[in-house]
Amino acid sequence: MSAGPVVSVGRVGVPAGDAETHEWLDALAGKGARYEEALSRLHGLLLRAARFEVARRKRVMPHLRGEELDDIAVQSADDALVAVLARLSDFRGESRFTTWAYKFAILEAAVALRRRAWQGREIPIEPERWPLVPSGGLSPEADTEQRELLAAISDGVREALTPHQRRVLLAVVLEDVPIDVLADRLGTTRGALYKTLHDARVRLRADLEGRGLAPGHEGSKSHG
Amino acid sequence: MADADVLVRRLLGPGEPEVGCDECFFELDRYVDLRLAGADADAAVPGMRAHLEGCPACAEEHESLLELAASA
Repeated sequence: MSAGPVVSVGRVGVPAGDAETHEWLDALAGKGARYEEALSRLHGLLLRAARFEVARRKRVMPHLRGEELDDIAVQSADDALVAVLARLSDFRGESRFTTWAYKFAILEAAVALRRRAWQGREIPIEPERWPLVPSGGLSPEADTEQRELLAAISDGVREALTPHQRRVLLAVVLEDVPIDVLADRLGTTRGALYKTLHDARVRLRADLEGRGLAPGHEGSKSHG
Repeated sequence: MADADVLVRRLLGPGEPEVGCDECFFELDRYVDLRLAGADADAAVPGMRAHLEGCPACAEEHESLLELAASA
């Protein structure tokens, strides 16, 4: 597969449908043997993507055996095939069909691997200790500023956030809990949880400004 | 243990307008192919770069898709 030419078609820099994309769409709109053959090729494409994702992550999951990892890849490709077929009408032709299809397999595999990595692990609800932060080679003056900023953020976490915002922010940032794993445990969605994280960050920034401290980035008008 | 700057960035997020996770997934293929084509993907999908800075899960999936699509 090649990247193919990229031309403007109404929106600057949007890739036009390449010949391979048209071939995929024609085949998946077909019937009989041609459709069955296209489904088989599509599953192969998705399996390649799922195995790619598994291979990227297996170095941080040394406790998993190759057989279990490949089972995850196959299941992810199966689930991605269902998702791709269900959402085929959403494909707008603004990317290559293969890139569009790959993202479903990568998502399925990534989510499955994160869940597997956290299977049986408890998620700390309220981390009690604020992490000690090394100076990182900063000058004494800069080091003092960083520590003051972190102390102010710590105060903001305690005083400006709701318990739910505090729980989500600390789990994701301090405990490195994947946001989709946390969403599963809390019975919500990744999108909803990111909105909570985003709102917590906006509150923290506003709280810092109220304390006369300017964070490293400008602006706090973001939306989730 | 995170470096202080990294920790502050992770706590405070990108601090600029960003898309959410659902829109990120919806636009991810277009964003990646635009990047691979050398086009200005950040201008075409406003708020995407900020979201990828603020959301570790979406950032991981973006990196994977970028690498896979580049090799396809």
